[in-house]
Amino acid sequence: MLNQWLTNQTVKTIDSVQDWKEAIKICAAPLLNNNSISSNYIDAIFQLHESIGPYYVLAPGIAMPHARPEQGVNKLGLSMLLVKNGVNFNSEENDPVYLITLLAASDSTSHIELLTQLATLFAETEDIQTIINAKNSDEILTVINRY
Amino acid sequence: MKIMAVCGSGLGSSFMVEMNIKKVLKKLNIEAEVTHADLASATPEQADLFVMTKDLAASSGIPQDKLVVLNNIIDINDLEEKLVEHFNKA
Repeated sequence: MLNQWLTNQTVKTIDSVQDWKEAIKICAAPLLNNNSISSNYIDAIFQLHESIGPYYVLAPGIAMPHARPEQGVNKLGLSMLLVKNGVNFNSEENDPVYLITLLAASDSTSHIELLTQLATLFAETEDIQTIINAKNSDEILTVINRY
Repeated sequence: MKIMAVCGSGLGSSFMVEMNIKKVLKKLNIEAEVTHADLASATPEQADLFVMTKDLAASSGIPQDKLVVLNNIIDINDLEEKLVEHFNKA
């Protein structure tokens, strides 16, 4: 079911980025293009991060930036960016981050199924390792298609 | 007992933590009401126990004895250990 949201359009890889903000911007680009979010949503994530810290870094190497529906979400969306060389998010325990999954929830309930599947994927260490070692988005999608 | 999972926005990572808390409680056969919220609206009187990441704990204003701090949101075994430890203390 994740492949409804994570496709060749929304899953990208890059060798390296300057900083966490650039990583989020690149990750969010496909959702801006398909009008799932407005640029306000990205600003909201930056602001919240700067005021309370990297609340969306989930585990070693994995981040799931997100803000609230009213902060610029037009429709439910998900995008993924693999930063092959890693990038720091100022998360003491979990840096460097390789896998960034941007979540745009359009209300507080419609993304439950999506989030359940994502949590299942994130808990599968081997599959996550395969994704982190992927050379291109096709290799990532081969794993995603099983969830 | 009321347990609240907390994150920055109250609907992404806190939601994942809530799902994991429910799984652990079921396994441990413990009954509790589990909810999730954003940091700004989580106040100490709203629940008996708050679960959040280390990055948030310092600025949360939740007393230490009502707090379970996670390093890794996805690691359900870590969550179970910390919840058991908390329940044994309580």
